[in-house]
Amino acid sequence: MNNSEQDKVRFQQMVKEASPNSHLLADCAKAFVVGGAICVIGQFITNSFMSGGFAKTDASMYTSIILIFTAVLLTGIGVYDNLGKFAGAGSIVPITGFANAVAAPAVEFKREGYVLGVGAKMFIVAGPVIVYGVATSIVCGAIYYLVR
Amino acid sequence: MNKKLGKQSVTFENMLTIASAASVVGNKEGEGPLGARFDEVHEDAMLGKDSWEQAEAEFLKKALEKATEKARLTQSDIEYVVAGDLMNQSTSSSFVLRDMPLPFFGIFGACSAFGEGLGLGSMIVDGGFAKHVLIGAASHFCAAEKQFRFPLELGGQRPLTSTWTVTGAGAAVLSLGGGGPYVRGVTTGKIIDMGIKDMNNMGAAMAPAAADTLEAHFREFGRTPDYYDVIATGDLGYVGKELVVKLMAEHGYDMSKNYTDCGIEIYDRDSQDTHSGGSGCACSATTFAALYYPRLVSGEIKRMLIIPTGALANQMTSQQGETIPGIAHAVAIEGP
Repeated sequence: MNNSEQDKVRFQQMVKEASPNSHLLADCAKAFVVGGAICVIGQFITNSFMSGGFAKTDASMYTSIILIFTAVLLTGIGVYDNLGKFAGAGSIVPITGFANAVAAPAVEFKREGYVLGVGAKMFIVAGPVIVYGVATSIVCGAIYYLVR
Repeated sequence: MNKKLGKQSVTFENMLTIASAASVVGNKEGEGPLGARFDEVHEDAMLGKDSWEQAEAEFLKKALEKATEKARLTQSDIEYVVAGDLMNQSTSSSFVLRDMPLPFFGIFGACSAFGEGLGLGSMIVDGGFAKHVLIGAASHFCAAEKQFRFPLELGGQRPLTSTWTVTGAGAAVLSLGGGGPYVRGVTTGKIIDMGIKDMNNMGAAMAPAAADTLEAHFREFGRTPDYYDVIATGDLGYVGKELVVKLMAEHGYDMSKNYTDCGIEIYDRDSQDTHSGGSGCACSATTFAALYYPRLVSGEIKRMLIIPTGALANQMTSQQGETIPGIAHAVAIEGP
């Protein structure tokens, strides 16, 4: 077979035609429902704390803690990955998805030890979010400081 | 006698029998369409070990032992072991051979290992260097996900072009003489890279290599696809198979009648959520041992061509934006 650049381009076109696309509409609907449900649960927890007399900031903090704990627990008992398979971005984007992204490598790399395994690998998925999240917040903070 | 045909193919002077073929797989494979045909199905994907990597090695060990036993041989009758797997530096194979004091060729051809092993093993036996050679290939879904993709418990969606790595191992004993089925020819593949970068579409990355080897095989042996009762590629899945049929049609070969892929045979994609099909070293090795070998022995299949396929990339090269080179080795097998 002759692998000229032209053949490669033509083959890549063939691959595009042969490769099935994901079911965009159904996936979006599932992501909306599950992602929305997670947020509704979060709001319910916040409101419960606030009606119990907690300040809004405290209520939000406790809500985060509960959601993170629940997601880590569900990751540990092997449920969250199934939710993720169904909901896609719906369960990745909320704070529970972030907790899953930290807990999953921690579980997976436990065999390599607590230092080089759990400690070093825990942030292989969530690390970039933290790095660029912090970097972006510094830039935003600087802009806010200047235009305030 | 000149045993070389063209640039890539060889024929053999002697009758080389595949004296046995064994398959040991995990639970998901056991639940698939070939479930009852495997020699051993294990519910526990860890096999009682404490890492996925050790489990992959254990699957290989069980398959090598099973194949030796099915050939009515003992370990001391085996003169060479040729084996490969999916772990970095092929550790599964070398770790198994720690406990088998036998001359060992560790091979790496990614998922094409079984074809590479059969080809090299046949040359060793036909060359008169051994009477019995043991071939093995292993892979493990969980170990492969951990090494190549994401942690298992990470919640996300796999693209529809992705394949599911087979958990298990296949092995075969190649012997001089005997009653068949016989390895009659081998076409060794070249590296073919058509610029595919998507690690979630390995079928597309390997399909041009499979088509290239098939074309070379037919040309050098002077055959057409209908010479064979069954032609089976290793782990191209639905996407790769469709591409092979199209590429071969461009070369004037009709692959629509007797061609399938082991990755399509091993799982039921609708009920098992395996998307494009099965993959991994164990895909072609276990499917051959469970589905095709018994039919070759019984005479139901008279001639078959098996073409294990490999995508030769790692996570680092893929992150660096390299394209994925593919390879495929064709082994022609005829019944007694």
